[in-house]
Amino acid sequence: MAELETTFGQVDPKTGLKPMVINLGPQHPSTHGVLRVRLALDGEQVRACEPIIGYLHTGIEKNCEDLTWNQAITLTDRMDYLSPITNNFGYVLGVEKLLGVEVPKRCQYIRVMFAELSRIASHLVWLGTSAMDMGAMSPFFYTMQQREHILDLIEMSAGARMNPSYFRVGGLLNDLPPGFSEKLRAFLDGFPRWLQEYYALLDRNPIWIERLKGTSPMTAEQALEYGWTGPLLRASGVPRDLRKTNPYSSYEDFDFDVVTETAGDVYARYHVRMREMQESLKIIRQAIDNLPEGEWHVPGWKVYPPDKAEIGRNMEALIYHFKLFTEGIRVPAGEVYSAVEGPKGEIGYFLVSDGSGKPYRVRVRGPSFYNLQALPVLVQDKILADVVAAIGSIDIVLGEVDR
Amino acid sequence: MLTVILILVKGIITATLLLAAFGVMTWVERKVLARFQFRPGPNRLGPAGVMQFVADGLKLVFKEEIIPTAADRLVYLMAPFISLTAAIIAFAVIPWGPPIHIFGQTVSMEIGGPNIGILFIFAITSLGVYGLILGGWASSNKYSLLGGLRSTAQIISYELAMGLAVTGVLLAAGSADLNTIIARQYHLWFIVPQILGFIIYVITMVAETNRTPFDLPEAENELVAGYHTEYTGLKWAMYMMAEYINMITVSGLATTLFLGGWHGPWLPPEIWFLIKVAAFMYFFIWLRATLPRLRYDRLMAFGWKVLLPVALLNTLATAVWVAVAR
Repeated sequence: MAELETTFGQVDPKTGLKPMVINLGPQHPSTHGVLRVRLALDGEQVRACEPIIGYLHTGIEKNCEDLTWNQAITLTDRMDYLSPITNNFGYVLGVEKLLGVEVPKRCQYIRVMFAELSRIASHLVWLGTSAMDMGAMSPFFYTMQQREHILDLIEMSAGARMNPSYFRVGGLLNDLPPGFSEKLRAFLDGFPRWLQEYYALLDRNPIWIERLKGTSPMTAEQALEYGWTGPLLRASGVPRDLRKTNPYSSYEDFDFDVVTETAGDVYARYHVRMREMQESLKIIRQAIDNLPEGEWHVPGWKVYPPDKAEIGRNMEALIYHFKLFTEGIRVPAGEVYSAVEGPKGEIGYFLVSDGSGKPYRVRVRGPSFYNLQALPVLVQDKILADVVAAIGSIDIVLGEVDR
Repeated sequence: MLTVILILVKGIITATLLLAAFGVMTWVERKVLARFQFRPGPNRLGPAGVMQFVADGLKLVFKEEIIPTAADRLVYLMAPFISLTAAIIAFAVIPWGPPIHIFGQTVSMEIGGPNIGILFIFAITSLGVYGLILGGWASSNKYSLLGGLRSTAQIISYELAMGLAVTGVLLAAGSADLNTIIARQYHLWFIVPQILGFIIYVITMVAETNRTPFDLPEAENELVAGYHTEYTGLKWAMYMMAEYINMITVSGLATTLFLGGWHGPWLPPEIWFLIKVAAFMYFFIWLRATLPRLRYDRLMAFGWKVLLPVALLNTLATAVWVAVAR
């Protein structure tokens, strides 16, 4: 920190001038929330950069300790609010690992389907906002329009659009509603054309390519040193994707490629995300085509509450229902780390249980937090416009950075 | 005496029309942009939301005037006036119709018609950039300062190429008088022999008016709002007016220099002028809906290393052609 302070106040030996210190944020159009970036500028050139976080700290990790295992899911929604479903995913997998239960195949497939849908939704927001950062207005509206279809699908089955809490410990909130598969297929058929439209609008635009190519490159070694995961790491040429390396929830059943690029610059990150959307489409199509019939939650009433109709008929069901909703699921004491591949990288949960109905500790590894730390490296000696491009390419969500 | 009255009347009419055009233009831009982006755009006030600009104007009048304590008050207050005045004056010499005969006199449609019309426009629009620089500096805000500096760099890089692009037309027409230039295009618009000059002019005119993809001085994603970050209410509106009127002026000049001014069959010449200017205005909105912003250093490089040499070449070629033709 002391070293950084001297950089900020340092007099340039050549000119004898101090750099201009400027605050980008916490209220600024392109910091995607409340990120504050302190910059020392020489003209428009960045001499030093320091991301300052904590403006959206909500104490989610601590609050989880006061809620039952199932209630805490609602808080995980609110971290990466652009892709709440993948947040739920890592958490419920962790709790299920502690419980030692495995959900039926149908549930696993539905989970995969929704995780990929929300990956596309998240990437669409990223595409729209980062195009906006570059000054292109319209792509934002085009991507939001398609994201709307995904939110409709999520609303259809979970009842909520932004914070669905659709995944529950031991299952889902409910099975797929009637008519869902037709609506999903309509989206799957319509979306690729739009993807081509985005390519036509951006990738064939010399200004866009000039802004992105060679901007803020990161080597594979650097990326690994900073703990980068997700599309950022893959853009630097490291084919690390938890869906392939540590398959969870039946990802091994699906045929898809891990998208990598080698350049490691903003343009490579853009391409990785664009192609990932295509891969996600592939996965969703396979999931809906091969969706197994059968149960969509774990059997028995110890983990997943009994059906509402059953409560009226069965005394035992009523007791289980009451126990589950007052005390929560009894999770055996122990600790577990469970991670899934979110749209922004590895979203991991370290869960500690003391055997009660509430978590003893929930520690979240938010990918945005780790990815953001490399910002000073990305923008060193670049110009101000590249800072915006770099922040956009990291694809941060401050709710996840600060938690 | 009659001349003075005439000039006054013409001045009032032109200024009123320009300000009205600014109002309508803000509505048109929002509506067209909305169509590009699958939105309805303004649709609450009046038919198709056409009264929106009146409401916006009224809102701005009643906004609280905020002057930053650290600002240089005099310069801060003057800067938007400089921009707006320059923008309106520059339009004064553009003939938007053929001369008419009234009270036994021949009255030209422009307010003043110096025989060096083009030079006048360039002189005045160059003054307009002072409004941006001074406003950016006087706000004593770092973002404003960066915006002001960017506009300086941009205008310097692009005004030269613009001037050279126009030189080709001057050589071909053999006059700097706008009415003469229009008269010379009676048979063939200058866009045909001067296509290179036209392309350069169109690029530089977008840069000159700080519009996408050259809207660096007010790049909202980098500089919040650039030079007018600290401006509120009517003073902010003045900057906006200056920008839109500048758009109209450069479009009018493009029409005059390359598209034969008010020449056109069947319709009245004033309508032809309007149609041609409107086409350019639509082009501005189209660009805004489609393109991302250029990077500051690339913009400079493009101006100096591409546009300027090409414009020079174009001037040289035209000069040789004119010399040989004689």
